[in-house]
Amino acid sequence: MFSHDKMILAGILTFGLLAAPALAFDFGRPATPAEIKLWDIDVGPDGKGLPDGSGTAVQGKQIFADNCAACHGDNGQGGIKDRLAGGQGTLASNMPVKTVGSFWPYATTLFDYIHRAMPYPTPGSLSTDETYAVTAYILSLNGIVPADGKVDKESLPKIRMPNRDGFVPQPEFDPAKLFRRK
Amino acid sequence: MTSKTSSERSPRSADVSRRGFVGGLSAGLVGVAASEVARAETLADVPDRAPGADLSAHSERSRFAKLDRIPEATPGKRNIDPSDAINSKTPHQKLVGNITPTDLHYERSHSGVPDIDPAQHRLLVHGMVQKPLVFSVEDLKRMPSVTRIVFIECTGNGWENWKKADPDLTVQNTHGLVSTNEWTGVPLKFLIDLVAKDKGSTWMLAEGGDGAGVDRSIPLTEEIVNEAFIAYGQNGEPLRPAHGFPMRLVMPGFEGNLNIKWLRRLKFGNAPWMTRWETARYTQLLANGKAMQFQLRMETNSVITQPSGTMQIQPGYNRISGLAWSGHGKIAKVEISTDGARTWKQAQLAQPVLSKAQVRFQMDWDWDGKPTRIVSRSTDEQGNVQPDRQSFIAAMGTNALFHYNAQQTWSIDETGRVRNVLA
Ligand code: HEC
Repeated sequence: MFSHDKMILAGILTFGLLAAPALAFDFGRPATPAEIKLWDIDVGPDGKGLPDGSGTAVQGKQIFADNCAACHGDNGQGGIKDRLAGGQGTLASNMPVKTVGSFWPYATTLFDYIHRAMPYPTPGSLSTDETYAVTAYILSLNGIVPADGKVDKESLPKIRMPNRDGFVPQPEFDPAKLFRRK
Repeated sequence: MTSKTSSERSPRSADVSRRGFVGGLSAGLVGVAASEVARAETLADVPDRAPGADLSAHSERSRFAKLDRIPEATPGKRNIDPSDAINSKTPHQKLVGNITPTDLHYERSHSGVPDIDPAQHRLLVHGMVQKPLVFSVEDLKRMPSVTRIVFIECTGNGWENWKKADPDLTVQNTHGLVSTNEWTGVPLKFLIDLVAKDKGSTWMLAEGGDGAGVDRSIPLTEEIVNEAFIAYGQNGEPLRPAHGFPMRLVMPGFEGNLNIKWLRRLKFGNAPWMTRWETARYTQLLANGKAMQFQLRMETNSVITQPSGTMQIQPGYNRISGLAWSGHGKIAKVEISTDGARTWKQAQLAQPVLSKAQVRFQMDWDWDGKPTRIVSRSTDEQGNVQPDRQSFIAAMGTNALFHYNAQQTWSIDETGRVRNVLA
């Protein structure tokens, strides 16, 4: 597309040239492990990225009442914003109700999303333990963990969500097949 | 808006009636256009020339041109308080050409528009790489750049019509979640080379610096690695805050949500992260209750913007015009039917037709004054044809919410009123 690109590229790939024209390191600066840790918040479905700590549904009930119920309703239902519980068995109906319990395929996503985005007005304001607790509480509202259940980085990826098998990949970008060749 | 204006327009030549029609195109301007026609009936009525306003640092639209986006929420949730809105739609019924004015580019966000000082913004690129790096906006601006005109489309575009068609919708309501701008930035490939990505990395997480930290997993296919870029420029100026200032990902042809705004992190890995936006949102619920996931490409699409919903037309000469686009590449042809999809005629395309950009189409039409339905269908260079409503719904059901690209039909009654219908 443009010629400098290839020049610089060649410079980077050929170690011998790295120091010479100094093109590559003119851009940006190395990221330190400490600052990467600060921003590296994503959690995968295998649990990779989940922090140490834990929380129970019992603890989560109070945290939810204080921080979440104003928008999501007392039991994750009937609030002014997204419904978080119920809806199981509605997905093939004419009025599907998509919630954490009826639709979400991974419990890890729930921790990740609350951690990055909720509570809506002050994302990031809950501690790790509080985030685990409120995650456990929302799962308990959906009958996925018991009312006295506890979650942490070991247990969360092992939870089998009710709609885990409810997704079919569009063939062009099916993760299971996409990069198989070669 | 839909009141009959024929009495105000009565005596006129063929020329004037054409102007009346053009005025009628902009639903909000009907009154203005009609009175202008009346006031300038002879050249003697045209106001005298006079010195105008002082020059200014920033030019505004004419006070006679009323162009606004409209904030809306999910299907059926219109005319709402902006604080409850989740998107803001482009007024295609009032626009001409291919490029959307910057301030009218559609907008969708998940936690509002952050107010970011570019001096304090950083992009972290890390994960499966040899050299994790941090970039400032200035760093990006010093790098080799690409400039490209592309459409960006929210996967919710068209979602008003999944289950039923409200007859009083404008094309802004039905199709206002797609826009075309020129974007300038650094090829993703360039950053991939700088950080020396591992060969084994096949997926990339892109994350925004908004309150929600919106993040999506992006497969590193050859097409995406070659075409994606990190933009800092929009129609020649810095990005507008609503569109990701100071930097965003641009993914030509792919779901709007993948074009992460306020970009602050790219992480390389080897499997998708299954973020909320690729599981709970932006997956398409099919009739059998299963949801289609990773339907990342935007489909072959088109819509007639003039005449369109809530407009009023007159018998005789009419010019049909609209926009067509495809995430697969260039639009090859657009056909228009003025008899409810029975017969089709090929429309003219505005040249040059660009890959993954909206293109304006047009066709002359002599309306006999009888009730009818008009509809467009596009075909792209890969041979993908925009589906008719019936076969589209047969494949996707009516619960999918996202990725609606069925042909849009407008009905016209004997009074010339244009309405939104399913087919
Ligand atoms: C001020 C209102 C508000 C508060 C308080 C709030 N949320 Fe939310 N929440 C929202 C909004 C708005 C959305 C939808 C955002 C979107 O669509 O991107 C949402 C979405 C969610 C979702 C995703 C729902 C889905 O199916 O996609 C979860 C889970 C959630 N919130 C959990 C919480 C938790 C846990 C708390 C408390 C710690 C909380 N929220 C506090 C407004 C709020």
